[in-house]
Amino acid sequence: MRTFRYERASTTSGAVALLAEAPHGAFLGGGTNLVDLMKLDVARPDLLVDVRRLTSDRVEELSNGGVRIGAGVSNSQLAADPLIRRRYPMLSQALLSGASGQLRNLATAAGNLLQRTRCPYFQDVTTPCNKREPGTGCSAIEGHHRDLAILGTSPECVATHPSDLAVALVALDAVVRTEGPDGERVIPMTELHRLPGAEPQRDTVLRHGELITAIDLPPLAFAACSYFRKIRDRASYAFALVTVAAAIDVVDGVVRDVRIAFGGVAHKPWRAIKAEELLRGGPAGEDQFRRAAEAELADARPLAGNAFKVPLARNTMVRTLLDLLEGPR
Amino acid sequence: MEAEVTFRVDGTSHRLTVDVRTTLLDALRERLGNTSAKKGCDHGQCGACTVLLDGQRVNSCLALAVAHDGAEIVTAAGLASDGELHPLQSAFIRHDAFQCGYCTPGQIVSAVGMLREAEAGWPSAVTAGQPADGGSGGSDGPTVGILTDDEVRERMSGNLCRCAAYANIVPAIQEVARG
Repeated sequence: MRTFRYERASTTSGAVALLAEAPHGAFLGGGTNLVDLMKLDVARPDLLVDVRRLTSDRVEELSNGGVRIGAGVSNSQLAADPLIRRRYPMLSQALLSGASGQLRNLATAAGNLLQRTRCPYFQDVTTPCNKREPGTGCSAIEGHHRDLAILGTSPECVATHPSDLAVALVALDAVVRTEGPDGERVIPMTELHRLPGAEPQRDTVLRHGELITAIDLPPLAFAACSYFRKIRDRASYAFALVTVAAAIDVVDGVVRDVRIAFGGVAHKPWRAIKAEELLRGGPAGEDQFRRAAEAELADARPLAGNAFKVPLARNTMVRTLLDLLEGPR
Repeated sequence: MEAEVTFRVDGTSHRLTVDVRTTLLDALRERLGNTSAKKGCDHGQCGACTVLLDGQRVNSCLALAVAHDGAEIVTAAGLASDGELHPLQSAFIRHDAFQCGYCTPGQIVSAVGMLREAEAGWPSAVTAGQPADGGSGGSDGPTVGILTDDEVRERMSGNLCRCAAYANIVPAIQEVARG
């Protein structure tokens, strides 16, 4: 591991100021991904500003009926939180489907959103990778890409975003609150992560030195009927092939509202806007769910080794919505 | 860059100066001579390095020592009290829950942390279950009663055993979980 300076600040603005002066510095949260990437020489920060104990580690109810998640809440605490489990069960399920008990105890909520892709070439400094070293090329397109993206890819990058939590947050229309050198702002989760385009090195729209301080969940009554389903090669402790986060509100057989997001299919959590629009106001049933999934996935451009993800994503979405229709017994 | 840190490890206080690149695991093994936690993958994938950090199980290979200054750390070597093995240690011996033993300290510490988590009512992906089972939605009380074998396997999935002693690890943990 390369050398770096380690600093702590007593305030979030102090931490932001420290990083603003270090163009190659990084914030340190739980470190479960960053420290690993530093060992692999993929991440080479010359300054770590430790914010793990600086941002809030609490989950609080907001006056509008929503919930605020402090950036420093551990993945374990968030998954176990009674408010989250009752009102947004898919969010708890998403967290519990990822990593291991040990990792969830270290990892923070904000850090979960900012983890980097697990594309094998990104993590291997001996291979070309446009995300790690822009301009060197993408090894995955002609190489091992079974786990990688089918939607929104570019000739430069076919990586997927690895966070399960982010998928549930995108479905819930959550927002992240940030503090940066230019002040505070609020970013919708649907806009936090970006598609690779010609700049795959940029995972998110965050600017250098911009710190996530909290994640706000809006009130959404029917999210109490939500579910996160993860399809992966092992039953536990593996990254996703495909995930679906979904919530549905059905009255008298008609879809009053629905939220659907896919994970494991793109460079960002994929909100299924087309599918939602097709379903809203129409009858709820297997045929409708399948047509909506097919419409959403019509733009999929899979590679030779991951075409299986298209029917997998379709079937996972249909099954998840059908299970939600049945509801708790 | 170096930094001075203080830890309490298995009940004993230590003050040491570390390179800020030092992980908690390397600080324990290379600086404090406590080789209970093992270095397996060194990337947070195998769980051999599991310790209790302020009461919670973590991968010590991914925690920078400097970031956890002042922490209370318990390794498998610190679980015994007054010469008596911890119940999980005895259960692992009784059930022959290891072969080469390299993953065992991590397995045992992880099981200690895991049983505390279950006792606190923390759900797992298995508890959360399918939506038709009620999922984890609609309930905010402790939902973890008796741990099924599936629950133990899911909650212990962060600890790999290359000898595949899982068939005996699960009953060893269950014996203690069920008192």
